[in-house]
Amino acid sequence: MALLNELAKKKEGLVSGHRLCPGCTHSVIMRQVFAAADTDKYDIVVAAATGCFEVSSGLYPYTSWNVPWIHSAFENAASTISGVEAMYRVWKKKGKTNKDIRFIAVASDGGTYDIGLQALSGAIERGHQFLYICNDNNAYQNTGNQRSSATPFGGSTTTSPNGKVKFGKEQPRKDIMSVIEGHHLPYAAQASPSNWRDLMNKVKKALDVNGPTYINVIEPCTTGWGFPPNMAIEMAQLAVDTCVWPLYEVINGKVVINYKPKKKLPVTEYLKPQKRFAHLFKKGNEYLIEEFQRQVDAHWEWLLKREECGIEYGVTKE
Amino acid sequence: MAEKLLNWDEVLIGGVIKDPGNSKQYETGSWRVERPVWNPDTCIQCMFCWVYCPDSAIKVDENGKMAGIDYTYCKGCGICVEQCPSKPKSLKMILEAEAKGKTEEELRKEVFSSEK
Repeated sequence: MALLNELAKKKEGLVSGHRLCPGCTHSVIMRQVFAAADTDKYDIVVAAATGCFEVSSGLYPYTSWNVPWIHSAFENAASTISGVEAMYRVWKKKGKTNKDIRFIAVASDGGTYDIGLQALSGAIERGHQFLYICNDNNAYQNTGNQRSSATPFGGSTTTSPNGKVKFGKEQPRKDIMSVIEGHHLPYAAQASPSNWRDLMNKVKKALDVNGPTYINVIEPCTTGWGFPPNMAIEMAQLAVDTCVWPLYEVINGKVVINYKPKKKLPVTEYLKPQKRFAHLFKKGNEYLIEEFQRQVDAHWEWLLKREECGIEYGVTKE
Repeated sequence: MAEKLLNWDEVLIGGVIKDPGNSKQYETGSWRVERPVWNPDTCIQCMFCWVYCPDSAIKVDENGKMAGIDYTYCKGCGICVEQCPSKPKSLKMILEAEAKGKTEEELRKEVFSSEK
């Protein structure tokens, strides 16, 4: 991996002037993705699903993208990119192009966990060569913080509010990584913009895989989660250090944990600065934090055990 | 906003936008409430501000080194200040109102004078 000074000299794939909130990490993630991509060797084509990032970076007649970019609907980022990729392969076969092009689909958690899941599942099953990046901001933040299946346990949103009777979302998050792994794809990973080197390595690796790849990235949302804009990267770091968001990759089914915090912080460190979890700290709600901690610990233990056992998929596809 | 909205017969089929990266015409710097001020004397050129800037508002010179802040696009989120690892910090936030009518050099002296 090159030094940041080297990467800073590269032409930006995503330029300024997009209308994301101040302190939004959507663009941070995408800039890191472009910095990681070896654009001397290949070109990048991006498809986007509807979401915060799409509406703020592709506001007609403006676009913040310096690369070919396509958006069609909320649910079909993966099928759109499959179509583009299929056309590219045919063109290559017919000799219409000899360019090396890599394909990226970008979506948020609404367009991945819920609405776009069947399109994504189909695209991975068909084995198109593309990288799917999910910027997980834990709710439908574009329309004003509605609950999604990525919203964590206890998180208060406008459609799962906390009050006298309920305490926010009652269900735990969907384990999307396991859902994706179920397709037996060659490469899937979870990353965070706070650990940029790790994220860049994963993107680089994923773009070179011949087949579908998936990277799940945490995307702290200053308005939805309720923390000051300057804390965005710190929130991502806290999620990593508390093991709420473990950094790991799944290579042909084999789990590799990229970052094991020297001292695993208690989840309260992560929950405390966020307004959406403020009610968990009220008197009488201690059991909710305990439950949150239990879920995080259980998932982390499960990952550690999986890494230890180091077993690959029984059935793989190329 | 664009000076003139496109007429119906000027809009390309499929809503295609011909100029990549034309959002640069929209200057998000006007959103700013606070602004970061940079001190090159204590800067260690780690480029963390560049890698974490959501608005590509860190200017980079031809050697890939930090060369200042692009106030045309900086939305003043303060991530760069929070992530600056040098001691003392080479970036500091001040209120936009305080910066009014002052040059960058003047501001730099004012903000960082106590540290020298």
